[in-house]
Amino acid sequence: MDYLDHLEAEAIYILREVAGQFEKPALLFSGGKDSITLVHLAKKAFRPGKFPFPLVHIDTGHNFPETITFRDALIEDIGEKLIVGYVQDSIDQGKVVEQKGKNASRNALQTVTLLDTISKHGFDACIGGARRDEEKARAKERIFSVRDEFGQWDPKRQRPELWSIFNGKINKGENVRVFPISNWTELDVWNYIKREQIALPSIYFSHEREVITRNGQLMAAASFLNIDADDVIERKSVRFRTVGDMTCTAAVDSTATELDDIIAEIKASTVSERGARMDDKVSEAAMEERKKQGYF
Amino acid sequence: MNILKFITAGSVDDGKSTLIGRLLYDTNSILDDQLEAIQRANRKNDDGTVDLAILTDGLKAEREQGITIDVAYKYFQTEYRKYIIADAPGHIQYTRNMVTGASNSDLIIILVDARKGVIEQTKRHSFIAKLLAMKQVLVCVNKMDMVDYSASVFEQIKADYLTLANNLGLKDIDFIPVSALKGDNIVHKSERMSWYAGESLLDYLENVEIHEQEAASWRFPVQWVVRPQTDDLHDYRGYAGRVLGEGLKVGDQVIVYPAETFSTVKAIELNGQQLQRAESGQSVIIHLSDDVDISRGDTIASVENPPKFERNIQANLCWFDNKPLDTDQIYLIQSHSKLTKVKIVDVLYKFDINTQEKIHDEPIKLNDIGRIAIKSAENLVFDLQQENAANSQAIVIDPRTNLTVGALMIQAVD
Repeated sequence: MDYLDHLEAEAIYILREVAGQFEKPALLFSGGKDSITLVHLAKKAFRPGKFPFPLVHIDTGHNFPETITFRDALIEDIGEKLIVGYVQDSIDQGKVVEQKGKNASRNALQTVTLLDTISKHGFDACIGGARRDEEKARAKERIFSVRDEFGQWDPKRQRPELWSIFNGKINKGENVRVFPISNWTELDVWNYIKREQIALPSIYFSHEREVITRNGQLMAAASFLNIDADDVIERKSVRFRTVGDMTCTAAVDSTATELDDIIAEIKASTVSERGARMDDKVSEAAMEERKKQGYF
Repeated sequence: MNILKFITAGSVDDGKSTLIGRLLYDTNSILDDQLEAIQRANRKNDDGTVDLAILTDGLKAEREQGITIDVAYKYFQTEYRKYIIADAPGHIQYTRNMVTGASNSDLIIILVDARKGVIEQTKRHSFIAKLLAMKQVLVCVNKMDMVDYSASVFEQIKADYLTLANNLGLKDIDFIPVSALKGDNIVHKSERMSWYAGESLLDYLENVEIHEQEAASWRFPVQWVVRPQTDDLHDYRGYAGRVLGEGLKVGDQVIVYPAETFSTVKAIELNGQQLQRAESGQSVIIHLSDDVDISRGDTIASVENPPKFERNIQANLCWFDNKPLDTDQIYLIQSHSKLTKVKIVDVLYKFDINTQEKIHDEPIKLNDIGRIAIKSAENLVFDLQQENAANSQAIVIDPRTNLTVGALMIQAVD
C-alpha cells in the first residue's frame, strides 16, 4: 500500500473502533482542513450507512465567515446532524469572561463551551483532527486519549497504547478524545486532500484581504479585533494555513491558488504550521497547559 | 512511497534522543520556529552546541527534569519514505514504554555505547525485540568518536552481539558504527570511518526492506455492521473491518466465528467501489453470500488454514500496572474488536529480563514479563505468535480501573 492508503486505512479503522466502543460519540468539527478530512474519512468508514455520530462545532462567534458558509454547505451535502456550541452562550451565562485588551481572543474560552457541550449531550468520545506533528505536547498524545470528569488531560497518567488495539473503557463522567489522523503530517493531509479532491473553505487559497500586522503576524481585519488608530490596515494577497478563530489565526503571504501551489509552498516552508498560531506562542508549554484544561 | 515505523532503544546515556535529533536536523526536518524554541530553551551540550535531545521532550516535566517520561512520536519524510519514530524513554519504566513503542514499529534500532559494548541493557532490549517478534533489528554502535573511530572496537561489539542474538534466536540483524553527537554515518557517510563499507543510517533506513511474517490465511475481525436500512438499501448488510494477512478475495470460502458457520465472500467494497481483493491492512466492507448473524467482535476467516478457536491458552505477558497481577481477579482481554473476560489460571514463570532465565513462584509486577495460562469466558479466535503475530496480540484491561495493565502474545493452546 502507498503511504496515503496506509494512513487512510488506519484512520478508518480508528473511526470504526469509536463507533463500536462508545455509546455516544461525536466528531469535533472546526471547519478546518483536518476536520474536513475526518468527515471524508468517516464517509469511507460508514457509507452507505449514516455516521454513527453527529458533528459538533464550537463556535467562538469570531469565525471566518467563509468557514461557516462552508460548514453549512457541507452539512447539507452529507445529510448528517450538526450540533453547535456557542461561546457567546457561555459568556451570557457568566461562565466565562471575555478577555480585554488588544490581543483579546475567545480561543481560550472555547474550552469551557466544549466541556459544557460534551456534558449537555453526554458525549463519551470526541473525535478530533489533531496531529502529533503539530506541536511537541501533541507528539505525546495517545490516539485514544482519556480525559477525566473535568475534561483534563494528564500526560503522566496516559494508558499505554499497543499495536492497533484501542482501549475505550472509561469510568462514568470521563470521556475519550480520539485522534484518527495522529500519524499524519501537514503535508500528508494536503497530499490526501489533493488525491481525494476534497473541497475546502476558500480562505486556504490565496486571496486579497484586509490585514493588520500585529506582533509580526498578519491578522485578518475584523470588527471584533480591537483595532486602534495606530493599526495600519493593508490589502494583501494571503492565505491561511490553519483555521482557528479570527483573533488567533494569522495569515501567510501567499500566491498559492491551487493545491499544487500549496503543497509546493509547504514543502519549501521553514516555519511550522503552528508558527502562525498566536495561541501557541503564549509560553513554552502553552498547548500542554490548554490540553490539561480540556482543550481538544 | 511507503511508511517505515521504527523505535530506538538504548539506556539514558546512549544518545537515543541525540540520534533522533540529529536525523531530523540533518534531513532538514526541523523548522525555524522549532529550532528557535530549542534555542530559547537554552539547553547546551558540553561542547556548547544546542542539545537536540530537547526536540523530543514535549512535556514540561520532561524539559524541567531533562529526561524523557513518555513515548513521543516523531515524523519525517524523504522522497522515498515516510518515517514514524517511536521515541521511548530509556530509563524509567523501560520495559513498559519500550513494549508500547515497539508494538507499533517494524524495526528496532538498538544503541550500543562503543565504550561499553554489549551490556545487560543491550541484552534486555534484544530480549524484548525477540519477545515482540520485531521484524528487523539494527544495532547502531554509537559514540565511535570516543573510541577513536576504531574498526576493531566495532568488529568486537558486532561479534559479541551476534553471539547474543544467536542465543536469543533473533534474526535479520544489521550493524552501523555512528556518532550521533558528531553526525558520523547518520545522514552522511563518515570520512573518519573509511574502513566501514556499509551505508549511513539514513541510507539504510531508506533501503531496508521489512520482511513480513509469512502469515496464515486472512482473518477479518468485524468492527462494525453497516446497515443503512433505507428504502433503496433495505437488504444491505456489510461487515466493516481491517484485513489481517494477505489476500482476501471475492469468492473465498469463509468460516464465521463464534457461530462456526460457513459462507462465501460475495463482494468487497471500499468507498462504494467494488474490489476483487483486499490487501493486508486495508479497511474495507465485505458482504457474504449467506444471511449469517454477525456482529462486532466476531471474526470472519478463510477456511484454508483457519485460526485457533479455544478457551484455554498460554501467553507471554508484559505487565504495566503498579498493582501486581492478581490471579484471583477477573480481567478483560481485548483482541482487535473482541472483549472477553478471562481468569489467569496460573503464572507458569516469569523471565529475568537480564539473563532470560525462568523464575518460578514469584508474582508478576510492574515491568515484568512472564508466561501465563489463561481461561477465557468464551472461545477466543486467534493464531499463535510464531504463525501469525498480528492475530496473537491482545491487551489486558483491569475492569476495576479500566486501565490497560498488560500486553499479551499468545504462544500455545493449553
